[in-house]
Amino acid sequence: MRKSFYLLGLVFSLNAFAATPQELLKQYEVQAKQENAAFAGFSAERGANFFKAERTHSDGKNVSCATCHTSDPRNQGKTRANKVIEPMATIANPQRFTDAAKVEKWFGRNCKDVLERTCTSQEKGDFIQYLISVK
Amino acid sequence: MKKWMQLLVLITSITSAGTLLASGGFGAGEGSSKNMPAVTNAKWKTECGSCHMVYHPGLLPERSWNKVMAGLDKHFGENASLDAATHDEIAKFLAANSADKQDNRRSNRINESIPASAALMRITETRYFTSKHDEVSANTFKRKSIGSESNCIACHKGAEKGDFSESQLRIPR
Repeated sequence: MRKSFYLLGLVFSLNAFAATPQELLKQYEVQAKQENAAFAGFSAERGANFFKAERTHSDGKNVSCATCHTSDPRNQGKTRANKVIEPMATIANPQRFTDAAKVEKWFGRNCKDVLERTCTSQEKGDFIQYLISVK
Repeated sequence: MKKWMQLLVLITSITSAGTLLASGGFGAGEGSSKNMPAVTNAKWKTECGSCHMVYHPGLLPERSWNKVMAGLDKHFGENASLDAATHDEIAKFLAANSADKQDNRRSNRINESIPASAALMRITETRYFTSKHDEVSANTFKRKSIGSESNCIACHKGAEKGDFSESQLRIPR
């Protein structure tokens, strides 16, 4: 009986969504290599620049990831509708980058909101690399 | 009649009158209760609630919710796209509990305040909302503790459950 419980637990932990940031990085690496034959790894430094880079949106406002997440990813952020966003850095919020579907959902939305285009796998990987490296 | 029997009759009649009042009785013809019923759906709570307070479905008629749900890629200036299954579940939940499917006083009045030809997406643009909030100044809504008039929950702490009763109202400094 006990054994079957452990087995059940194992099955659940192997489901398609539960992941570690490292597993997600591996998936993005596979995609990045397909997008770019000259792919040379992810960089936390490039991710940090990406996170803070401001651009002028077509609506005239200056935006960046940091607009809502604040420039220190260990802090809580705030949505435009006044709702708290839990920290992005895994050191402050270990739940980050553990659900592949959730990660893709938010890249899908926020890349379009901030950059007005989809993000490349290179950018997604750099972004995660940065946020797991923040101490 | 014995004294204790008189007392019993008195208590019974007071209680039943109270119940009748509380249920909004006396044939008001405006819905059986004053407040919206607390309704919930897990996907509605997590998906809508990750960016803003969750707005009770009874705050807008079905045609408004349909319009909101059809334009999630440009949701008040933000991309709030959902996968098809989640989208359909939330759309159904909103429609089934929308203001025109409810029988409570507040939903009825909101519904009546929107012209049949319009499908308003902002609750704050309904005549019901503006007339109810005409004593609150624009500066009050801008307070840091409130943010904007769309943040109902800053003053109506039961907002997400559909409770906007005045007894629960507290405007933060």
